[in-house]
Amino acid sequence: MTTSGSDVTVEHVVRRVAARHRGERGALLPVLHAVQAELGHVPQEAIPVLADEFNLSRADVHGVVTFYHDFRREPAGRTTVRICRAEACQALGANSLVGYAREAGLSLGETTADGAVTVEQVFCLGNCALGPAVEVNGRLHGRVSTAGLGAILNGTVSS
Amino acid sequence: MNNTSQATAKVYVPRDSAARSVGADEVADALQLAAVGGDFDVEVVRNGSRGMLWLEPLVEVVTPQGRVGYGPVAPSDVEELLAAGMLDGADHPLRLGIVDELPWLARQNRVTFARIGVTDPLSTEDYVEHGGLAGLKAALARAPEDVVTEVTDSGLRGRGGAGFPAGIKWKTVLGCTDELKFVCCNADEGDSGTFADRMVMEGDPFMLIEGMTIAAHAVGASEGYLYIRSEYPDAVATMRAAIGIAREHGWLGKGILGSALDFDLHVRVGAGAYICGEETSMLESLEGKRGTVRAKPPIPAIEGLFGKPTVVNNVLTLATVPVVLADGAKAYQELGVERSRGTQVFQLGGNIAHGGIVETAFGVTLRELVEDYGGGTFSGRPVRTVQVGGPLGAYLPTSMFDLPMDYEAFAAAGAMVGHGGLVVFDDSVDMAAQARFAMEFCAEESCGKCTPCRVGSVRGVEVIDRIVAGEHRDENLALLEDLCDLMTDGSLCAMGGLTPMPVRSAITHFPDDFLGGRRTLEIQPVTATGTRTEGTA
Ligand SMILES: Cc1cc2nc3c(=O)[nH]c(=O)nc-3n(C[C@H](O)[C@H](O)[C@H](O)COP(=O)(O)O)c2cc1C
Ligand code: SF4
Ligand code: FES
Repeated sequence: MTTSGSDVTVEHVVRRVAARHRGERGALLPVLHAVQAELGHVPQEAIPVLADEFNLSRADVHGVVTFYHDFRREPAGRTTVRICRAEACQALGANSLVGYAREAGLSLGETTADGAVTVEQVFCLGNCALGPAVEVNGRLHGRVSTAGLGAILNGTVSS
Repeated sequence: MNNTSQATAKVYVPRDSAARSVGADEVADALQLAAVGGDFDVEVVRNGSRGMLWLEPLVEVVTPQGRVGYGPVAPSDVEELLAAGMLDGADHPLRLGIVDELPWLARQNRVTFARIGVTDPLSTEDYVEHGGLAGLKAALARAPEDVVTEVTDSGLRGRGGAGFPAGIKWKTVLGCTDELKFVCCNADEGDSGTFADRMVMEGDPFMLIEGMTIAAHAVGASEGYLYIRSEYPDAVATMRAAIGIAREHGWLGKGILGSALDFDLHVRVGAGAYICGEETSMLESLEGKRGTVRAKPPIPAIEGLFGKPTVVNNVLTLATVPVVLADGAKAYQELGVERSRGTQVFQLGGNIAHGGIVETAFGVTLRELVEDYGGGTFSGRPVRTVQVGGPLGAYLPTSMFDLPMDYEAFAAAGAMVGHGGLVVFDDSVDMAAQARFAMEFCAEESCGKCTPCRVGSVRGVEVIDRIVAGEHRDENLALLEDLCDLMTDGSLCAMGGLTPMPVRSAITHFPDDFLGGRRTLEIQPVTATGTRTEGTA
């Protein structure tokens, strides 16, 4: 996160990122990824700037941002836990992991009030032979039991 | 410490993300630590995975007899293994024997996966030593038309699901006179139960680059895009690194390998939308738009990326091209059955004891895959069903296990081979819940362009809920049947068009599950019976 306590505005970040990708064909997605990597999400203020950079309407940019599951409109928690809910992981009890998270007060798609953790569902992490699979801040875990998920979630409290 | 080897021992520890997900990094670290400590002289090489995923982390030690495997190795096992003389291939309860001779591997016919798990994915020396570049050199020595003919004659069919002959697609692109043409590799691999594309990208990235370069020469393309899903950060990193190395070596860029071919490659990362695996939706996404499906015609081969002629092929399709060129169409053609030629890369996942990659000629039966290779379920309970070909594929009962894996035979049985992914379920599965999930997945992932898919899937969930609740069951079953017809006939692409396949197969083969509350078995908890690895969590 580079926004807080500095003069780095959303507009500044978006323009800088867009400049870096100038000359690439159809660069909107790479730019959105880069904006999200820097700011943690794609804030509303980024939309008109992107529209200007790409010579698109605001509605067009909004349409792209909202089409893809990856782009967040709000910042995520410090830890993002993504539980695979696709078939191969279901066959090994992925739904019990979702149930476990829910019992711990974490609903899919939501961030805890203290901003510690966001739990999400994902459909397939390519680890279907070693399910249930869970990804934590980009790191893949296989054969995750409910106890294993509990350890991951407990670990987020102190982080 | 005893048993210190004289010479440096070469030890392989996979860097594949599945292996890493169960502790391969920690095992590699523990080995490095032993080397730093000066007790052991170890060189750790991070290879791809052999695809025996239940044995990961699978550590291999080079010995005069061959590569001896130990697995699954937990980080805490390393000290004991070293003390026992692992570096000399000594005996230990985790010792598996010479890896190449393990029956599971020896029985396979690895063509596309020949190098994966054997080599260091980013070593150009390894790549060339193990046959890399032979296909590209053979292709560059020939006219584009001849390369296209070779691919057509090999019988290679698209591995992305639909099984369209690769050579015919290429011929169309070659026939276009545009200055600018593209080669796009579909690396979206969104289907549950499929991970072979990921393993190719992480385990043998130069092979994919070589295949795309051959395609570029064959059709006259100058630019390539690799569309990788965002769920695969390791594949993205490995492909980016490999492309950089390939450029440095003149395997990409201007005048490739001293020929007249100019071709460069870009990696693009998806953003979490299953539909972007559909080829026209992927092209829209590459253009920076919403990933909605385009109506065909025009086909992408004629009007594809940015309106230009474009080859769109799956990772495995393109990755298989080098070997076809290197060994010739005939060698490839001779494998397989009927119109399903060559090999298929089957991916065994879900509730299975021995999950992983089985590359073998077409015609192998489901039973051989699930029972012989797969060793039955992970939970130890009876197998009840296997979903073949991803979330849009059919659920098949064990009574159909003698079906040979062959595109046409599967289609005739109301199923599909698709990408070759098999997801096994034990007898605790509730098939009404699986049918409901198929509709729910379609509702979640529909691109939204057509009503039967966008709205029909939402209605599908509701109707299944009513059936399971016992409300006017016969009327609602008839309604569901009607809805499936509508989705099949009225959808623009296979997302809406094939969602009825898992739903109908569940109703046809497991009607009792739709009687409501019949299944009383608890979903199997994930506590392992068959493994000692508990993940790294
Ligand atoms: C909903 C949907 C999802 C698809 N997902 C993928 C995918 O993830 N990867 C892939 O290679 N093909 C996928 N396909 C198939 C592609 O549209 C296309 O047929 C394929 O990439 C062509 O390459 P091939 O001929 O080498 O198989 C999908 C098709 C549909 C309808
Ligand atoms: S069937 Fe579904 S995913 Fe396919 S084009 Fe129609 S709405 Fe989009
Ligand atoms: S289904 Fe969960 S990782 Fe593939």
